[in-house]
Amino acid sequence: MKHIRKSPLSSLNRREFLATTSAAVAAGTMLPAAARAEGELNVLVWCDHADAKLLQPFEAEHGVTINAKTYEGTGTALSILEQSAPGDWDVIVIDAPDVPRVAGLGILEELPADVAPWDDIFPELRDAPYTHVDGKSYAIPEKFGYYGFCYNKSVVDPADASRGDIAWNDKYSGRIGVYDYYFPVLQMIGMSMGLKPADIQMSDLAGIRERLLAMKPNVKMVGDIVSVQNALVTGSVDVIVGGAEFAVSNLIPTNPDLDWTISDDGGLIWNQGIGVLADSNRKDLAMQFVQWILSSKGQGLLATSDCFWAMPANSTAELSDDAKANLRWDDQPGFLAKSHVSLLPDAEMDAEMLDIWTEFLQS
Amino acid sequence: MANNAWPFGMNSTAAEIKETTKLGGLPVTRWAAYPALAFSLLFFVVPFLIMVAVSFWQRVYGRLEATWTTANYEKFFSKSYLVEALFNSIEVTVTTTLISILVAYPLAYILAHKVPPRWQRVILLLTILPFWTAYVVRSYSWLLVLSDNGIINSTLISIGLISEPLHLAYTRGATILGFVHFFTMLLTLTIYASLIQIPQNYRHAAADLGASPLQVFLRITLPLSIPGVAVGAFLTFVITIGDYITPQILGGNTEVLIPQAIMLQVSRSANFPMASVMSIALMVVVTGVYLAFSRHLKMDRV
Repeated sequence: MKHIRKSPLSSLNRREFLATTSAAVAAGTMLPAAARAEGELNVLVWCDHADAKLLQPFEAEHGVTINAKTYEGTGTALSILEQSAPGDWDVIVIDAPDVPRVAGLGILEELPADVAPWDDIFPELRDAPYTHVDGKSYAIPEKFGYYGFCYNKSVVDPADASRGDIAWNDKYSGRIGVYDYYFPVLQMIGMSMGLKPADIQMSDLAGIRERLLAMKPNVKMVGDIVSVQNALVTGSVDVIVGGAEFAVSNLIPTNPDLDWTISDDGGLIWNQGIGVLADSNRKDLAMQFVQWILSSKGQGLLATSDCFWAMPANSTAELSDDAKANLRWDDQPGFLAKSHVSLLPDAEMDAEMLDIWTEFLQS
Repeated sequence: MANNAWPFGMNSTAAEIKETTKLGGLPVTRWAAYPALAFSLLFFVVPFLIMVAVSFWQRVYGRLEATWTTANYEKFFSKSYLVEALFNSIEVTVTTTLISILVAYPLAYILAHKVPPRWQRVILLLTILPFWTAYVVRSYSWLLVLSDNGIINSTLISIGLISEPLHLAYTRGATILGFVHFFTMLLTLTIYASLIQIPQNYRHAAADLGASPLQVFLRITLPLSIPGVAVGAFLTFVITIGDYITPQILGGNTEVLIPQAIMLQVSRSANFPMASVMSIALMVVVTGVYLAFSRHLKMDRV
């Protein structure tokens, strides 16, 4: 009898084959060669976590190397994870309002209660609706701030800057820049219409769209953080809608005319969370890394990262007086009291918001 | 390089190839082409087929599902701002290509015919200097030149020509300027390579027969340099229409080009099916341009 040797690949269906192939390619190309070795931790993070001064103390203490890959946009993170082999990544930093959606995909590890200094975390973050999913924690708040306005106070009246309608004020026509992130900007517009972000419904989007499009004639440019910073510093715009401490705090020491504020309508709180991936093969080390980031020392370093500054989630963060002044530490109780947590859109609403944003850019 | 100087030139005959490709009994041309073919198959054909398949899928609740629907195509063509992104890309690309040709051709002509041979290499080196700087750095550098407080506005204001800054940055014009700065260099190289292959005798013979310098240029030089123009223009078109960085930085997102629309779908919602539809639309345009240019795309003449 003739035996036909069956290829191992023949037992895979098309999608499994594609997934296996792409995972193999990703493993070979996306991670540095050393990243696949023992004694290392692969973290998928925002740029503020790639700061050597934040990573080196942990590496030295644990005798490991941290391989940090930075990304922008949860969509990018999801696509990287989809194209990676299970276990490639250990830690993820993610936009906190996206945590329920991502946890629903089953890719985040449930975190034990004692991994975070919950009592020291600002209550507005600790109690935000997206911080726990069905009573379980999948990502712990680590850094936060507001979506508001950055401005050049040598040409913009501070009273105007804190008005929610400054983007439609003809006085600043052609001097407005907008942070290129549809999610907060659409919510800020909703707030200027008297809507509470968390209550925004699909039916409200038509009105928000109309007001967003009406803003376009005053807008000079729309860009990511670096682009809006550049526009503000070079005098191409005087106001950044959707910006705040994360856009200008690290520029203020050399550009004292720059400032930021939140709207009188209230600020929109953003925060990022740190979690461990369910497929990680180094969960103990990953949990220790999370604890380091959330420690007082780690929080001070994260808050003043070279990439961008923002408030630490831990109220015991070690910060100098100057750093606290730039971060408006003493104003936080007032800011938090009049600020709102973010909307939690479903996939359909998120897609509609993105469509509206694309139309705005094209208009 | 002339056809007859290159054994595997596109116009070489089968007999010539057969004659020149035996190496120890092995048909050199055949196996020598396998790595390139394998590379193209693995990194172009296979990904392209995957992209076509994914364009019929849907992202449902954060996961890709092979639903095999034309909904993404219908959405693309029903949203005017998405179709407009494609047309914006074509407009910007065509404008960039035309301006780059108009700037590059005289430069290449002067280099080929007016500069002594010993200086040509030095000037060519200087010509391609912009290639040595990183793309992103170059784009941000242009912002420093074009911004309201930039070099151009500061200079014009200081000499009293204008009182208010001109709005140069974050416009389509800024995007095109950034592209032209880069692609003029590329076109100069391809046109120069084409010009120096034209035998001097042709021009001298035409002049001897009474043709004016303009007639020599229009009837001899220009037609024979078209392959260099076509190759450079095609490369400019292909690279420009797919570029994301320059319009993002210099255009300031004041309008959306198709690469930006693709990136919005990928970076914000990982919507690869929708991004695939837009990418295929882009490829259709590039393929159409290739077909239009193919008659003149003689790589062996560059």
